[in-house]
Amino acid sequence: MSDIFEITFLSLQVSTVATLVSLLIGLPFGTWLALERFRGRSFLLSIINTGMALPPVVVGLVVAMTLWRSGVLGSLKLIYTPWAIIIAQTIISAPVVTGLTAAALEALDPRLQQQLLGLGASRPQMIWHLWREARLPLLAALMAGFGSVISEVGASMMVGGNIKGQTRVLTTAIVLETSKGEFEKALALSALLLTLTYLVNLALTSIQQKGARK
Amino acid sequence: MISINNLRVQRNGRDALKVTSLEIQKGETLAVVGPNGAGKSTLLLALAHLIKPVDGGITFHGKPLKDWDDIEYRRKIAFVFQDPLLMDMSVRDNIALGLKFRGVKKEDALERVIKWSKAMGVDSLLKRRAGQLSGGEAQRVSLARAFVLDPELLLMDEPFSAVDPQTRAQLLKDLSNVLAQDHRTTVFVTHNLKEAAKFGDRVAVIINGELKQVGAPEQIKTKPADESVKAFLEEL
Repeated sequence: MSDIFEITFLSLQVSTVATLVSLLIGLPFGTWLALERFRGRSFLLSIINTGMALPPVVVGLVVAMTLWRSGVLGSLKLIYTPWAIIIAQTIISAPVVTGLTAAALEALDPRLQQQLLGLGASRPQMIWHLWREARLPLLAALMAGFGSVISEVGASMMVGGNIKGQTRVLTTAIVLETSKGEFEKALALSALLLTLTYLVNLALTSIQQKGARK
Repeated sequence: MISINNLRVQRNGRDALKVTSLEIQKGETLAVVGPNGAGKSTLLLALAHLIKPVDGGITFHGKPLKDWDDIEYRRKIAFVFQDPLLMDMSVRDNIALGLKFRGVKKEDALERVIKWSKAMGVDSLLKRRAGQLSGGEAQRVSLARAFVLDPELLLMDEPFSAVDPQTRAQLLKDLSNVLAQDHRTTVFVTHNLKEAAKFGDRVAVIINGELKQVGAPEQIKTKPADESVKAFLEEL
């Protein structure tokens, strides 16, 4: 039982940290992509949009090769630690948050920027109010970012190693139990994962809907 | 107060506006008329320094706009667009938005919001969400949001083009009363010559991206500068 609690807590912990780091990267980067016009912008957007569909197992492979002892960042000794999973999950989630942030802001009336500046807004004030206007799709971006990492298994398995008590998360535990033929346990863990995902999204949806009524 | 000299503005890589010379005096209302796509809105955006000219320039109180700090300059002006472009917040917060940007204290802001919401006839709507307003109400809020800033220069881009004729007539009457008492330096864009004559101390005619003529409304009507101005007036 304590095992399950530990696995569940670690799943939540790594996916939440990865989502928050993705938000710190994706919100400003997506905003910049939405507001600025420069050469190569369309190409950059197409790369981000492709990144939204990055296969977790490929991300896991690349991050693992980088963090292995012989890899470029091998000296950091992060492989098979929760930090390795956070790094891999951030790479999966950041393009999702970036792409959806850019799309949310581009959907606003472009004259809104001029109107805010015309009312005397500084650039940070303008950006803050654009985020406020797009708060519902921005929260959806956050939910999608979280959803993309809490449910992935390939990257967590490759960079975390599914080590009991250290890097085992719900998805890798489900794979393990299935491979052992323990389908009841696997199904119970799946139900737990779904419940957890539902509860986090329920919390975010209620914040979103509260924002819609404000 | 404002001088424009040899101004050339481009949009999407093409010349959108050329103004050889134009002076706007403190306290005057300049009505800008011209056909759709003539460059009227471009003039307002250039005056707000929201688009930068490729050549020539605009001076405000004798200082070129490029030498002004953008935020400092824009906090001396207010811009009313064709559409109200209200934020998804209450009417009160919308009207107070520019004051918030300027760091005006909440109590002072509320006092000014109440004053201008009354002047624009929207004081009963202060607690409503912007999305619940009719087109006419939203445009009144947009006007209150501009006047509350007590701007030295008010820029209005066809503020009544998106409302029905009846509301438009009432809004024009109310705005005309406010401007008559206020004596604020205003540049008012319209494609309606009657409106221009009603509001403007002077009328500027822009055709095909070029300022063709500036003068008293009667002078524009009786002595058009060239054939293009004459043709435009006849079309109206």
